[in-house]
Amino acid sequence: MKSRSHSVGPVPPAPAPPGRKTAAWTLRALPVAAVLLAACGEDHQKTYPRSMYTPRSQFARDVLELQNLTTYLGIAVGILVFVLLALIMVRFRYRPGNPEPEQIHGNTRLELVWTLIPAVILAVIAVPTVKLIFETQQEAPANALKIDVIGYQWWWEYRYPVNGGRDTVVTANEIHVPVGTPVQLRMTTKDVIHAFWIPQMGGKRDLIPNKTNTILFTPEEPGIYLGHCTEFCGDSHALMRMRLIAHTPEGYREWLENEAKPAVEPTDSSLAIGKRLVTQSACAGCHMIRGTPMVGRTGPDLTHLAQRYTIAGGILENNAHNLTEWLRNPPEIKPGAKMPNLNLKEEEIRFIVAYLQSLQ
Amino acid sequence: MASTATVAAPHPAAVPATETGIWSWITTVDHKRIGILYGVTSIFFFLVGGLEALLIRTQLIRPENKFLSADVFNQMFTMHALTMIFLALMPLTAAFFNYMVPLQIGARDVAFPRLNALSYWIYLFGGIYLLASSILKIAPNVGWYAYAPLTERPYNPGPNVDFYVLGLQIVGLSSIIASLNFIITIINLRAPGMRLMRMPLFTWMVLITNVLIVTALAVFTIAVTQLMFDRMFGTAFFDPARGSDPLIWQHIFWMFGHPEVYILIIPIFGIISEIIPTFSRKPLFGYNVMVFASILIGWLGWGVWSHHMFTVGLGPIADSFFALSTMLIAIPTGIKIFNWIGTMWGGAIRFTTAMLFAISFIAMFTVGGISGVMHSAAPADLQQNDTYFIVAHIHYVFFGGTVLGLFAGTYYWFPKVTGRLMSEKLGWAHFALTMVGMNLAFFPMHFLGLFGMPRRVFTYEYGLGFEGMNLLSTLGAYLIGVGTIVFVVNLVLSARRGALAGPNPWGAATLEWSIPSPPPVYNFREIPVVRSRMPLWEGDPARDGGIPHGRVEEETEQVTIAGTKIGEIHDPEEGENKMSTHDHGIHLPPPSYWPIVTAFGILLVFGALIFRNAEGALYNLWYLSLMGVGIVVVGIYSWAFEPGH
Amino acid sequence: MSTANAAVHAAHPGHLDTSTGLDSRKMAFWTFIGSECLLFGSLIATYLANKGKSTVGPYPHEMVVDGKHVEGILNIPLTSFSTFILLMSSVAMVLALNYTQRGIRSKATLWLFLTAFGGSIFLGCQVYEFTHFWHEGLTLQTNLFGSTFYLLTGFHGAHVTVGVIYLLTLTTLSARGRIGPEKALNVEIAGLYWHFVDVIWIVIFPLVYLIK
Repeated sequence: MKSRSHSVGPVPPAPAPPGRKTAAWTLRALPVAAVLLAACGEDHQKTYPRSMYTPRSQFARDVLELQNLTTYLGIAVGILVFVLLALIMVRFRYRPGNPEPEQIHGNTRLELVWTLIPAVILAVIAVPTVKLIFETQQEAPANALKIDVIGYQWWWEYRYPVNGGRDTVVTANEIHVPVGTPVQLRMTTKDVIHAFWIPQMGGKRDLIPNKTNTILFTPEEPGIYLGHCTEFCGDSHALMRMRLIAHTPEGYREWLENEAKPAVEPTDSSLAIGKRLVTQSACAGCHMIRGTPMVGRTGPDLTHLAQRYTIAGGILENNAHNLTEWLRNPPEIKPGAKMPNLNLKEEEIRFIVAYLQSLQ
Repeated sequence: MASTATVAAPHPAAVPATETGIWSWITTVDHKRIGILYGVTSIFFFLVGGLEALLIRTQLIRPENKFLSADVFNQMFTMHALTMIFLALMPLTAAFFNYMVPLQIGARDVAFPRLNALSYWIYLFGGIYLLASSILKIAPNVGWYAYAPLTERPYNPGPNVDFYVLGLQIVGLSSIIASLNFIITIINLRAPGMRLMRMPLFTWMVLITNVLIVTALAVFTIAVTQLMFDRMFGTAFFDPARGSDPLIWQHIFWMFGHPEVYILIIPIFGIISEIIPTFSRKPLFGYNVMVFASILIGWLGWGVWSHHMFTVGLGPIADSFFALSTMLIAIPTGIKIFNWIGTMWGGAIRFTTAMLFAISFIAMFTVGGISGVMHSAAPADLQQNDTYFIVAHIHYVFFGGTVLGLFAGTYYWFPKVTGRLMSEKLGWAHFALTMVGMNLAFFPMHFLGLFGMPRRVFTYEYGLGFEGMNLLSTLGAYLIGVGTIVFVVNLVLSARRGALAGPNPWGAATLEWSIPSPPPVYNFREIPVVRSRMPLWEGDPARDGGIPHGRVEEETEQVTIAGTKIGEIHDPEEGENKMSTHDHGIHLPPPSYWPIVTAFGILLVFGALIFRNAEGALYNLWYLSLMGVGIVVVGIYSWAFEPGH
Repeated sequence: MSTANAAVHAAHPGHLDTSTGLDSRKMAFWTFIGSECLLFGSLIATYLANKGKSTVGPYPHEMVVDGKHVEGILNIPLTSFSTFILLMSSVAMVLALNYTQRGIRSKATLWLFLTAFGGSIFLGCQVYEFTHFWHEGLTLQTNLFGSTFYLLTGFHGAHVTVGVIYLLTLTTLSARGRIGPEKALNVEIAGLYWHFVDVIWIVIFPLVYLIK
């Protein structure tokens, strides 16, 4: 991706975030997963790049803390039950000649104990749970960057307000945000229900028809974060992926300025052929390339396609080979894809790919 | 007839002989035969559901595998859930209800023997109908929860979702009918002296489960009816384009869906509560509290449905409410776990296969319960929801809970049904394979979910760290498969060649063990008179071969929770079971073929509607459903006026 | 059916040897009604949840759309009439049961028939109402009101239809003298069903017709 002009900061793994003061008992540095799989911090992120155990926002960190609390208490209860069972199996096994066991029908004091203890454990979980429910569903602060997210089968559209909200910058699948600014996503869908999920930024939210859901988080580290649709949405649900690209504030401004521009004009005749093929063929029915006559709205906006890391809903690296494969027969790569096989000739594909790759 | 005034054994000539032959099975109204039919059919569907699971796991054995296409995979995970829930596990519990409940309460049959046959035949037809869609590769492909609007015709023009709505209406009808029958049987046909608080705990759990079924499935029936109207007649219930809120489907679905979870697990609480006292040679610890806790679980089960919907944006107040109500359920569940442990404590435990499964049920269900509490922390669930973490959770609950419990129940009651013991050697092999397999298959799923693998994906990419755990999980699934084959072999071999069991091979305490194995067609030659919870443990220990006392005097109707008395259970009959001790002799209803005819009519009514969305000449076949209505009407009238019933 | 079992079978009419002392069929019917409550409850809940969400007319009640006054489609006087008839048929049902229990066959038959007749009038009104709406342009497909209204009231109408057939069957049996006082339970159960169908309508009528 050599031609990208803006800086995205280090590609994963991002450095560990600055620690936040936490109560000692949360032992955040010791998630069970880490204990079991010896994968912690940077190693963990390298091995599991989509894991919730490497949070990169306050939201994700708070959630992880709550999750760890429930994990530790759960493990404690689990160990208690397992130890009791093991003890019983060893101590009270039947041996011929044993006297008949004493016939006990119950014991009030014991039952009192094992009613109250779970109740106390649950109270310990309940308090931070309710607190965090309210915290994570706060109103967005005034300085928050508000981005509209629209789900489609099987890709994402992001709409950025620019010029004080008069214009909109539209892009697909890869959401760009600056670090340090609260980001509020306002999400809905054009077809079925999807769910937006970037584990390192925090929990997921569903995209529901006739409803706008929001989610609020503040990215902390520049980097690329992986995500996935997490509501089953039909044939290619498994191929509905996305990434969040967190820039430095300058990098973000640079990126947005570039996105706001119309598409670059072809610089040579073969690119011009590609442009003509794209704008005059079936592509125009669905796709938009600002600055050309293409104004389709049902497919991803292609104005700055070459700026993206991936194509086809985040499943393929954005390069000439993959673009060619995709144009040959989209539904073969992505079952059920709304983009049909356009039966393009190989020669046409070559021109189109060259043109698309010029759309910086 | 034998309706003379004495508590006499029936006249020998009046004792009906067991009939044989296919026709006798088709027309049977005997609860034991229907129980066997249920059992065999549901084990068949259990194997089908397992096969579907193996296909799913094979596809996921490595990243970007091409074993199944996306569409077939989506059908398989949907059908795996539907098969397991509606065609395998619920009916397998129903098999136990059918066979054991009348025996446990000292009755000669269920309250409505023909209705019982009807519900079986409807279930069988509905199951075949759903299975057919799988074989034709046009099975439901939207997940068992079928969220709108993915199920609407614009997004799903094929017959897949039609099979969902029609098949589940058929199967749901069967469950509701069966449940009415069990509820009335338990309330009304108990032997003299068997007060509600003397019922075996399994019977209690059956009662609670069936109350949940008649209520929850009614809700579900409306949801699928509306979806059916959307798809067949173009209504707007779940069509966002016409202003509908698709979340309404989610609310109705989970209002059914959550009680459904308890429908699948509460019967297992009953089975475990029979097995553990028997093999610990101690009465159940805290019987009253166990009953009360189960009622509480069933009741609270209605107030937690939105914990499946923490990500849909219901707002913080609703989220908090459902988080707290969900946590609350952990308390009665915890009480049960510790009461089972209390039952075993100080006992003389015999490690039969049934007991091994029962003990491992406690362990595995605890794991599922713990991850359940983890979801109840709503913000954490925002990360866990719709990932493999949830898949791990439900499998620890349904496999570690329901399936292990059903295995335990099978090993426990098989001798009663067939008169022969299951092989303990094969049982051990089955147990070991199942336990290793299930933990290998399901435990890594916790981590897969937490490390970012969404559920219901037909493929995943390289480089996310999912390869090893998915491989393990698939290998575990194969082990479970091998274990299940051992189980089936054990069933078949033991039914023919197992050691003879005698009436009470385990020295158990409840009434079903007081009669020969297999029981005669009339169950009890004389209707027993019950004086305690454990009628077979009442006697002199020396005389009864060391089987301990039941301690009648310690029984109480008081419910104490946390040491304080919070109520007293009053039998509706004010402590008196009005069933007379006067035996009127054995009169069993004659066989009838109207149940199967009516069931076939019902299959046509719903099943033929599949053709409404078909093209060409096939379209007209949907009028068959009108014919189905005719058959049902004829069936009902012939039923009502059938002599001898 | 001429198997050995049939010979064993001996009917004990009127004998109730059950744990509660109540007839099992009656209890089953009560349980069935409990299940039906949830069926109707879900339908009513979805009706209410979708109320006022129709994007196009016809609408149930008069309202203002885009500054224009639009008439509601529901005919409240007609439905009030049919509701009254349905309620009265419940009274007839009570009388029918009473006469059956007292063994007065002719009157029992008459009142059974009148109950069914009341139900038929109710159904007639519903058929008229549906046809009328259809001509006004309200179909199942038109809008959310159409879908929820037809399914809810239609589902209830189907219950009334089953009830009418049930009652007519009993009327015929009663006329032939096949329902004596000892079989009054058959009428009692039909009555349970009929009253239930009535009560449900008492819930539906204000929710759908009266509350705007």
